[in-house]
Amino acid sequence: MPGAIYAEGLVKHFGDVKALDGVDLDVPEGTVLGLLGPNGAGKTTTVRCLTTLLRPDRGTAIVAGIDVLKHPDAVRRSVGLSGQFAAVDEYLTGRENLQMVGQLYQMRGKAAKARAAELLEQFHLTDAADRPTKTYSGGMRRRLDLAAALVVRPPVMFMDEPTTGLDPRNRQQLWDVIKQLVSSGTTLLLTTQYLEEADHLAHDICVVDHGRVIARGTSDQLKAQTGGERVEIVVRDRAHMAAAAEVLRGFGKGDTTVEEHTRKLTVPVTGGAKLLAEVIRELDSRGIQMDDVGLRRPTLDDVFLSLTGHVAEENADESGEDPQDPKSHRKHTKEPAQ
Amino acid sequence: MSAVHDAAPVAARTNPVSQLVRDSLVIAHRNLIRMARIPEMLVFGLLQPIMFVVLFTYVFGGSVQVGASTSKEAYREFLMAGIFAQTVTFATAGAGAGIADDMHKGLIDRFRSLPMARGAVLTGRTIADLVQTALTLVVLAVVAVIVGWRTHENFGKVLAGFGLLLLFGYAFSWIGALIGLSVRTPEAATSGGLIWLFPLTFISNAFVDANKMPTFLRHIAEWNPFSATVQACRELFGNLPPGFRTPGAWPMQHPVWASLIWSAAIILLFRTLAVRKYRSATA
Repeated sequence: MPGAIYAEGLVKHFGDVKALDGVDLDVPEGTVLGLLGPNGAGKTTTVRCLTTLLRPDRGTAIVAGIDVLKHPDAVRRSVGLSGQFAAVDEYLTGRENLQMVGQLYQMRGKAAKARAAELLEQFHLTDAADRPTKTYSGGMRRRLDLAAALVVRPPVMFMDEPTTGLDPRNRQQLWDVIKQLVSSGTTLLLTTQYLEEADHLAHDICVVDHGRVIARGTSDQLKAQTGGERVEIVVRDRAHMAAAAEVLRGFGKGDTTVEEHTRKLTVPVTGGAKLLAEVIRELDSRGIQMDDVGLRRPTLDDVFLSLTGHVAEENADESGEDPQDPKSHRKHTKEPAQ
Repeated sequence: MSAVHDAAPVAARTNPVSQLVRDSLVIAHRNLIRMARIPEMLVFGLLQPIMFVVLFTYVFGGSVQVGASTSKEAYREFLMAGIFAQTVTFATAGAGAGIADDMHKGLIDRFRSLPMARGAVLTGRTIADLVQTALTLVVLAVVAVIVGWRTHENFGKVLAGFGLLLLFGYAFSWIGALIGLSVRTPEAATSGGLIWLFPLTFISNAFVDANKMPTFLRHIAEWNPFSATVQACRELFGNLPPGFRTPGAWPMQHPVWASLIWSAAIILLFRTLAVRKYRSATA
C-alpha cells in the first residue's frame, strides 16, 4: 500500500528545461521526508505537482490516498501548504488572514473564527493578532503562514523551504513547531537546502539534483555511504605540522589532508572516541600543542558533495564550514522559472 | 499543537454555484478591507477624473463645437458622460495591479492550494473593484454637479445610465484580471492596464463630437464599445447637445443595447480566458 505521499515517475518540462525527470517518492504515514537539493534541483516543482498547483507532464501522484491528477479538489481539502514565500495578505491582520483561509476551506464563519483564535494562541501570535501583518517580523510571518496551512488540521503537510532566510532563533522556534506537529501524527514533506535542517527534522531524506532523486535513505545511511569518521586537528605552531602529520598517518585509514593556511590536518579513522584519545596522548607526548581537536562525522554536506560532485549551495566555499552555523547556509538565488 | 487529527478534513460542498458565490464574497470582503486600509489608492483614483472634469470644463469648454453648439454649457453636459465612462474603465488597472500583486506575493498559490471555487479569487476581486467604481462615480457626479452638470431626464433613466456605466466598468475589470495574471509585476499590470485605454477613450465620442472626425476615425469611433456606453448615457441623462445628429451606425442608433451587448461579450470572453489562465497560473 502506498504511503500518505506517493509519486511515481513525475516528469515536468518548462519549455526546453526538464525540471522533473522521473521523481519517485513514498512517504509512510506519520513520517517526515526531507527533500534535499540545491537551487533549481526540482524541489519546488515536485511540491507544486503534489499540491495540485502544477500538472506534471507524466507520472502518478497520490496524496492522502487520493489521486492528485484525477481529484485535485479532494486533495486540496486534505493538504496544507506552507510556501517558500510567506503567503499572507500584508494589509489584513493575522486574525483576518486565518479566518479568510478557514472560510475558503469551507468552514462556517464562526468555526473559522474560533480556529483562528486557537492557532494564534498556539503560534504565540495573540498579541499581534489584530495588527496588519505588514508590521510583523519575518519569523512572525512564517509562523502565520504555517498556521494558515494548518487551519483544517490536514493529515498531510507540505513545507517548501520553511526556514529560508530566517535568523537562527526564529529557525529554532519553527523547528520546534514542526516537531510538535509531526509528533501528533501529521505526514510531512519538507524541502530544504539546509542539510542541517533535513538532518534535524526528517526521518528519511531524498537527495534531488537535476530533477532526479539521486539518493535516498535515513541520514545515518546516507552518511555511512559517504564514509566513516575522521580526526581533525588544528596545530598551534605551523612548525609542528609535519610532525603532527606523521602521527596522524600512524593512526589513519587513508590519506592525511593538510591545509597549510589553516594549520588543519584531517585523516579518516575507525575506532571512535577511544582512538581520538590515543591520538591526543601521542601528540601530547611529542609536545605538539593544539588549538582544536575533534572527531568529525560526515555531515550531509559531505554526503551531498560526494553524491553530486558539487556542494549544496553556490558560494559555499568549503564543505568543512561549521554546519552548526546557520549563517553559512544563506540562500543566494531563487529557483528559476517556477 | 495537540491532536492534529481530531478533526477530519471538511466535507465537500455539493452546490458549486453557492460555493462560488460564498468564496467570491470572502475574497471581495478581503479586497474591500485592503481598500479601506490603503485609502490613498481611492484618493488618487478620484483625483484624476476630478482633474479631467475641471480641466475639460474650463479649458476646452466654449471652444469645442458639439452638435450645433459651441457654448460652454452644452460642452459641459456633453462631456460628463465621457468622463464617467473613462473613469469606470480605469478599474482595469486596479484589478490588474491587484491580481499581479497577489501573484507576486504568493497569495495566488495559497488560494490555488485551497479547496475553493476556481473562479472566486478573480470574481471577488472584480466585485470589490465594482464597489470602488461605484464610490468613485458618486464622488465624481457630485463634483460634476458642482461645476454645473445637470440631467434632463427622469430619475429612473439617470439611474439606468449609471447602471450601464457600472456594468461597463465591471466588464473592463475582467480585462484587467487577465492582464494581471499575464504580467510579471504589479507595475507592468498598471501600465499594461492603462496604456491602451487612451486610444480607446480618445478615438471615441467621449470628448469631442465624432461626427467631425475624418471618415476613417469616425467609423472606429462609432463602433468603439466605449462610444456606445457614452452615447447611451448621454441619451439617458438628456445630455445630447442641441442640433446633435446621431450617426447612422447601428451602435449609435441603439446605444443602450449596444452597450449591454458589448459589456456582456467582454465579460463572457475575458472571464473565460482569465479563469482558464488562473487555473494554470504560477508565481
